[in-house]
Amino acid sequence: MKPVGFALLPGPGELWVRRGIVSYIGLLVLVPFSVLVFVAFQDGLGAFWERITSDVALSAVGLTLWTGLLVGVLNAFFGTLTAWVLFRYPLPLKPLVSAVVDLPLSIPTLVAGVMLSILYGPASLLGQKFSALGIDIIFAKPGIILALLLVTLPFVVRAVEPVLEEVDPAEEEAAVVLGASPWRAFRTVYFPAIYPAVISGSLRSLGRAMGEFGSIVIVAGNIPQETLTAPVYIFGEIESGHPATAASVGSLLLFIALALHGIARIAEKRVGGRHAQA
Amino acid sequence: MHKLEALPALRPSASVRPLKDDKLRAPSPLTRIVLSGLVLGYLGLVLLGPLSALLVEIAEIGFGVALSKLVDTTALLALKNSILLLLITMVVNGVVGALGGIVLVRHRFPGRALVSALCDLPLAVSPVMIGLSFLLLIGKGGVLSPLLEAINIKLVFTFWGLVLGTLFVTLPYSIREVSYVLEELGTDEEEAATTLGASPWQTFWKVTLPNIRIALGYGVLMAMARSLGEFGAVLVLGGSISGQTQTATTFIHDSIEERNLDAAYGMSLLLAVFSSGLLFILERLKKRQAKTQKRAHGPSKQTA
Repeated sequence: MKPVGFALLPGPGELWVRRGIVSYIGLLVLVPFSVLVFVAFQDGLGAFWERITSDVALSAVGLTLWTGLLVGVLNAFFGTLTAWVLFRYPLPLKPLVSAVVDLPLSIPTLVAGVMLSILYGPASLLGQKFSALGIDIIFAKPGIILALLLVTLPFVVRAVEPVLEEVDPAEEEAAVVLGASPWRAFRTVYFPAIYPAVISGSLRSLGRAMGEFGSIVIVAGNIPQETLTAPVYIFGEIESGHPATAASVGSLLLFIALALHGIARIAEKRVGGRHAQA
Repeated sequence: MHKLEALPALRPSASVRPLKDDKLRAPSPLTRIVLSGLVLGYLGLVLLGPLSALLVEIAEIGFGVALSKLVDTTALLALKNSILLLLITMVVNGVVGALGGIVLVRHRFPGRALVSALCDLPLAVSPVMIGLSFLLLIGKGGVLSPLLEAINIKLVFTFWGLVLGTLFVTLPYSIREVSYVLEELGTDEEEAATTLGASPWQTFWKVTLPNIRIALGYGVLMAMARSLGEFGAVLVLGGSISGQTQTATTFIHDSIEERNLDAAYGMSLLLAVFSSGLLFILERLKKRQAKTQKRAHGPSKQTA
């Protein structure tokens, strides 16, 4: 038997390895999701429509969509800015700051939720100051947005950073020599190079935000039609024994996620690469 | 000569700014301070503030007190489950990452694009939906449940449910990392080795595997970090039965529900420290990979 991947024309041993890999991925991913979609449409399109258009389901999906979009946009701005500052300016403790940006990749999202509720919770110093101003953060929408921003923090930064490093500094020098202001130099030299990465990173944060569960459960309070997001709604429906409703809303989210994923892949192909993963 | 001098464009004019060397790399200090301040403020608000709040809170309780809450049967069993899942993730994703990456990049077969897309899917959907999908497949009243009951296998709400959920959510990491490296490398080195008379296995051990080693390690560590932090899928599939299918993350969740905050913070601290350790190794690997890539690509760029 020849080792896998040795030749482009695989031998019989390699064929078995390929079959094993393909069936592992198929069984693990394709089969369960097919069942999800099957259960969602089992009772017909009408039943599916009814389940996803109930007041609670609609407001949960709506909340998940708009918070996700907002977080995507905020990430596009702050992520690009962070990448730029890390790339260009001398910062005190720069390696530390750069490592901190990656922290949400490895920290459990549930722990992220715990952190936020300690800092901004109703019992905390900051939380009390804000509630004196009439703003609730934890168990309210700002908490959801903060949690989503925390867990998606690295996506745009890590997508943009390598692209910035690949831009030839001579191009910027040329722009400045020709009299361009720093802002104009950024806009005309760096921005065209990084914008596919910004879009792909921000779509990925939108995708991640739409699926986020661990941190939201802790910070949102999960009040129906107020702070109940779609994943938490799905979880509630599973717990209360309505698998068909859960599957319907789940399928709806799955379709949205697939569409987003497709767009992100196209954007990534244009940057020619990697770096933008959850 | 005098004709040239008469050309207005060649004369230094007021509209062309005198060029200073430092102007090229250093922007005005004001921009720098404002932008850096904005970024640091944002990081503080979203990440550093909450992180320090957790540390301060635990320091107030006492690190020893918070951690001592974990020396109890339920907490230890939850930790045992998490560590077992971590090890299973490491082994399975190590093998699947190396073989899957090679198959997806170097083999040509019908459906390759679909398999590759499927492999990315776990990154794009909610872990709760992953749990739900398995529940509908193998749970009570699920599509496969008559079959599973007939052969007397119980998966959901057992440790094996946790394993399934964890393997699903961690599937993409190592395969993707290995694929990227293989795509960049091509097969030149393998072809050279073969031409020089190496056997297929020699080529695999001495050329292919060393080339993907760092990427594989990176992907597997990402998968391990994810398995440790996974919550939604293991909650749905395991049910978080205390002492049986509770993991470190579901233990935190249940402790908060029971108002046992000391234990929740202790476990959070433990997970945060452990995942920071993983992250530290990840950063080191990333630097090493960048270095080897530079070595591999640097000279070829110059000759091209």
